[in-house]
Amino acid sequence: MAEPSTARTLTTEPRRTPPAPRSVGAYPLLAWTWMRAMAQYPVSLLLLTFGQAASTGLELTALFFVFGHAHQLAGFGINEALLIYGLAGVAFCLADFFMGSVERLGEHVRKGSFDTMLVRPVSPLVQLATDEFSPRRLGKVVPAVAALCYALAVLDIDWTPARILMLPVLIVSSIVICCCVWTLGASIQFFIADAREVANSVTYGGQAMTEYPLAIYGRSVVRTATFVVPLAFASWQPALFLLDRPDPTGLPEWLRYAAPGVALLMSLAATLAWRTGLRHYRSTGS
Amino acid sequence: MPDLPAAAAHPAPADPIVDVRGLGRSFTVSEGPFLRRTRRTVHAVADVGFTVPRGAIVGYLGPNGAGKSTTMKMLTGILSPSSGTVRVAGLEPARQRTRLAARIGVVFGQRTTLWWDLPLRDSLALTRHLYHVPATDHARRLAELTELLELGPFLRTPVRQLSLGQRMRGDLTAALLHDPELLVLDEPTIGLDVVSKSTIREFLLKLNAERGTTILLTTHDLGDVERLCRRVMVIDHGRLAFDGDIAALRDSAPAPRTLVVDLAAPTAPITVAGARCVAVEGPRQWLELDANPAAVIAAVAAEHEVADLTLREPDIEEVVADLYRRPAGERGRITA
Ligand SMILES: Nc1ncnc2c1ncn2[C@@H]1O[C@H](COP(=O)(O)OP(=O)(O)OP(=O)(O)O)[C@@H](O)[C@H]1O
Ligand SMILES: [Mg+2]
Repeated sequence: MAEPSTARTLTTEPRRTPPAPRSVGAYPLLAWTWMRAMAQYPVSLLLLTFGQAASTGLELTALFFVFGHAHQLAGFGINEALLIYGLAGVAFCLADFFMGSVERLGEHVRKGSFDTMLVRPVSPLVQLATDEFSPRRLGKVVPAVAALCYALAVLDIDWTPARILMLPVLIVSSIVICCCVWTLGASIQFFIADAREVANSVTYGGQAMTEYPLAIYGRSVVRTATFVVPLAFASWQPALFLLDRPDPTGLPEWLRYAAPGVALLMSLAATLAWRTGLRHYRSTGS
Repeated sequence: MPDLPAAAAHPAPADPIVDVRGLGRSFTVSEGPFLRRTRRTVHAVADVGFTVPRGAIVGYLGPNGAGKSTTMKMLTGILSPSSGTVRVAGLEPARQRTRLAARIGVVFGQRTTLWWDLPLRDSLALTRHLYHVPATDHARRLAELTELLELGPFLRTPVRQLSLGQRMRGDLTAALLHDPELLVLDEPTIGLDVVSKSTIREFLLKLNAERGTTILLTTHDLGDVERLCRRVMVIDHGRLAFDGDIAALRDSAPAPRTLVVDLAAPTAPITVAGARCVAVEGPRQWLELDANPAAVIAAVAAEHEVADLTLREPDIEEVVADLYRRPAGERGRITA
């Protein structure tokens, strides 16, 4: 019964040795594929993007509200606060844009879709990061960029060549640091399946915290955010550098130049955590 | 393209494509309520060893929870082994997973490797980029596979709208577009109707014969095994209980062969040496054989007028069920 349709034969040419897998090029490819899939629903995409922008805009309003009451917080005025807010926003929102999906690792493990990622010749981290990649996340970046540009324009910053050169380096480092925090958060989910909430408290919680001058939280928080989860390098340290102000909590001044080194260390830590997690991956029983 | 015989195009090198030695994997599972949780170690796979030569089709059988999927996951690099060694296509799966992925094809019957929201054709095109398949090769293979697996009618349908059988054929295509040396299938025919099953089986036979692709499959469908596999391995409680060809599996089972005799007229139950009458239904009688069928047939024909004779091999299903039922100690390890 049910003979295959034809007597067609398969080609018998010698088998080609496959090229070495290249994961980097796969990122834009996968991201573009997801964007195309999302573009099938343009209205919802537009609304979602707008919604994301609006929700971040609301945070910005909250900032103005706080400063409307107290004109200074820990010695920082509204424009300086906007600088910090902008730096934090750009770092977190771009990291979220590039890597935000990795927090759904636990879900993929449970559904079994992580297994299928592992049998493709592309890093599962890249596949995870591009999963349901959507430009709507860029919506969040808009208010942050606006705040940053505004603050940089109105603040009286001493634009020495060093500052001009360091600004992009600091911003890139801060994005890398945040991406690493996302990856570390995901790696925990290899060991604790429902650690997403814990990871979120660091990622989203960290973002909310670093949007304000860190000094307002007190010494121990600043120290934790510098040496344990180094989110201080996302906004606080770069702001001190740009404003040329001493650290009000008394940490040494060289720390503000340490961001690239911290980014490198964090990348190593994230790679190690991810690899360890993968090695301990247990899949599911069914 | 000259019509080369498959064997000439794919000389089989001596080294096996899969080489597994003393392979084990255990899981620690926590059970019970919080604070009174107890930990238990499950040995999903224990001390399994086998090799698969290039160009073979091997069935991997076993009851639920035997360790089949766990073994497949270690072969494909999804899981790291707790003990033992695995080599697939000369690579160490867990450590060289991405490199191995470019050389093997994997299909899990239970889940799809396609992208839910994309039309099947786009999903397959994306696969081409991820595996770096040249465009011309891709186009040719896609045309071949589309024809053989009858994908035409649903190439433009989003994967989430495909029926199970259509999706499975799509998954099989995705796993083969990069022309892998080894195809690993975990329950490829689960939930399919007879026609779809048959399409897939015939296709796999063709793929193996013409392309020389090695196929390793797990299944609960013994029809798959009988149609496809020259060799089967049976795993139970994580241990290999049998490794050999199907005939040897049949012989290993105590289930006897049956001779169905249609006599010219109803008679009393036949009594001949080497056989035992187990059922009578009018002129038809069932004899369980414990000796050479030829001798029994000769004896029956000498004493009775026989209209028809059929020799029934024990159902492979019964044989396997019987193998599963035997206690592990008694079963030992049968290797043919
Ligand atoms: N991730 C896991 N965590 C805990 N136990 C697991 C895990 N994966 C498998 N197991 C256990 O290992 C054993 C073997 O499971 P496996 O999935 O390999 O069986 P199987 O032979 O594929 O069964 P089935 O025919 O039902 O698919 C089972 O007892 C199962 O509960
Ligand atoms: Mg299974």
